[in-house]
Amino acid sequence: MERSLTHIALFTALIVVLGLVPRIDLAFGVPITAQSLGIMLCGTVLGARKGALAVVLFLVLVAIGLPVLSGGRGGLGLFAGPSAGYLIGFPVAAFVAGLVMERTTLSPLWAGVSGAIIGGIGVLYLFGITGMSIALGKTWVEASYLGMAFLPGDIIKSLLAGVVTQAIATSRPMSLISRA
Amino acid sequence: MLTLTSPIETPLHRVPVGPKLLALLATTCGLYALQSPVALVCALAGVIGLHLPGGPRFWRFALRQLRPLWVFVVIILVWHGLTDEWEAGLTILLRMVTAVAAANLVTMTSRLSDMIGILERLCRPVGAIIPPRRLAMAIALVIRFIPVLSERTNQLIEAFRARSSRRPGWRIIAPAALAALDNADHAAEALRARGGTE
Repeated sequence: MERSLTHIALFTALIVVLGLVPRIDLAFGVPITAQSLGIMLCGTVLGARKGALAVVLFLVLVAIGLPVLSGGRGGLGLFAGPSAGYLIGFPVAAFVAGLVMERTTLSPLWAGVSGAIIGGIGVLYLFGITGMSIALGKTWVEASYLGMAFLPGDIIKSLLAGVVTQAIATSRPMSLISRA
Repeated sequence: MLTLTSPIETPLHRVPVGPKLLALLATTCGLYALQSPVALVCALAGVIGLHLPGGPRFWRFALRQLRPLWVFVVIILVWHGLTDEWEAGLTILLRMVTAVAAANLVTMTSRLSDMIGILERLCRPVGAIIPPRRLAMAIALVIRFIPVLSERTNQLIEAFRARSSRRPGWRIIAPAALAALDNADHAAEALRARGGTE
């Protein structure tokens, strides 16, 4: 009981810290924030249920007014703006990524990559694009063009989510709760 | 860690959080129901009016909170400039800015302790699924462990730099996640030794 509580809380803290780290520069100099990578890792490392709870806890912190989103953003305004759909989709994305980890027999690397792609791109974009289409008064297809701006970065992050999950599985197999 | 609550006292700081949240909910729903730009201008004027007692520093703080919206403002301006549907574009912009500004105003005028209080009250009906005490404990743990984990991550970055001329980049994420897992195990033991979460 205590262990699941502290795992959830510490991974919420990890999401926040990955948003604070100035930024992760990729090999060819594209700056991305590692925060959404943290959200994927919640699912792939903690599993569906605990991973989703860690992300819900993160959203609670955003809603009560802590500047925990990357760039020091936070507060209720984010839930009223055009990117609200992405926020609401975050826990579902982590849940789906965790489900792929738990239910497949792929290696942690490929289970992590496919979980992050299905959850962090497939499911998340469904929520995010729907949110933008409502807030910006565009059709779903029109809004999806705007959403595609994030696609290259998110594909790289999905690959990294698999690599990091595999690194944890190799160095500390017992810690990969989604496969325990 | 600083919160987004404004240190400048306004009359809205004295309004209890519950009614403020209900009013915000009604305002947001109302904004999506309104279709005419004139009505939306009135709504925006109302929200700006609520900011007035705060003074210039409060206004600047509020404007800073709106900055992340600029991308969307540009997108809408370009889009509706090209399609020549100015009125529709204006409606969307007014609604977006008003909704976000109203929500930010509630955040800026509500203390963290009051927000946590309302959260516990909202959780009471679903206490069997989300025990309020455990939720409060989880929030406290996160707030306590953000600086711990942040310092550990910076140590990892420095250790990497001492050994390599390359930037650490994504290579720091796996050890940072392992540090989080270690901290979680230690904190769980410490909690259990002190009587658990109940």
